[in-house]
Amino acid sequence: MQFTRKAKVVTSVPTASMADIAFLLLVFFMVSTVFVRFRGLPVDMPTALEIEKLNRRHVTSIWIDGQGAINIDDQNIALDQVGKIIHSKLTVNPRMVISIKSDGEAQFGLVSDLLQELRKVDALRVNFSTRREMEE
Amino acid sequence: MADIAFLLIVFFLVTTTMYQDKGLSLHLPPIAETKEVPSKNICNIWIAKGDKIAFYENQSLTPVAFVDLRANVVGRLAANDKLIVSLKAERGATYKRFVDVLDELKLAGATRISIANPEQ
Repeated sequence: MQFTRKAKVVTSVPTASMADIAFLLLVFFMVSTVFVRFRGLPVDMPTALEIEKLNRRHVTSIWIDGQGAINIDDQNIALDQVGKIIHSKLTVNPRMVISIKSDGEAQFGLVSDLLQELRKVDALRVNFSTRREMEE
Repeated sequence: MADIAFLLIVFFLVTTTMYQDKGLSLHLPPIAETKEVPSKNICNIWIAKGDKIAFYENQSLTPVAFVDLRANVVGRLAANDKLIVSLKAERGATYKRFVDVLDELKLAGATRISIANPEQ
């Protein structure tokens, strides 16, 4: 009497395409990586709904923290120096947008002074950086 | 080979930031530019120190709740399409409140927004 032998089931994950997948992911992350250029100040930005996205290439950020410190390109800067720095950046790239990354608790007076400094050097395109507000 | 690839993947995964700059855009007026606007075309909004909001018209302040602001501005814009919204905040007001109000104005459909200088 013959018994039918149980068919051997081969259980293995096909690994031949593993490297292909790995390289695909690698290429994706390489392309999408943008290195953090400036650390800035720790700020808790306000939220808003009607927001626009900015092209990173044309953005200069100015950070203002809750204590009123102003920071551009990781350097603390006095209010009266802001105009000079922004002006030199504008001559390099006239299409530049100034992104104001201010803490929600900062005094409006300081932000207003900053806007006046920007107007003096014709840096007229500003963006008040916010986080996206989650609608209920 | 796959090991090296995975090592690089992990590196790029960790360093990738998907963060994008976004926020409320505004075009400031040049410093030399002062325009005469008939006062009936201006809607003054005033943010006081305690983050209270009011309309300033006919030399008097009319307080308005933040939740009613958008509907109120929509109504005013519908009544006068040349309306310029002038936003004035006290120096002691918080930036957060200012952004909230600016957002409400944009949501209400106001395109001509001016930011007035607070008094020293």
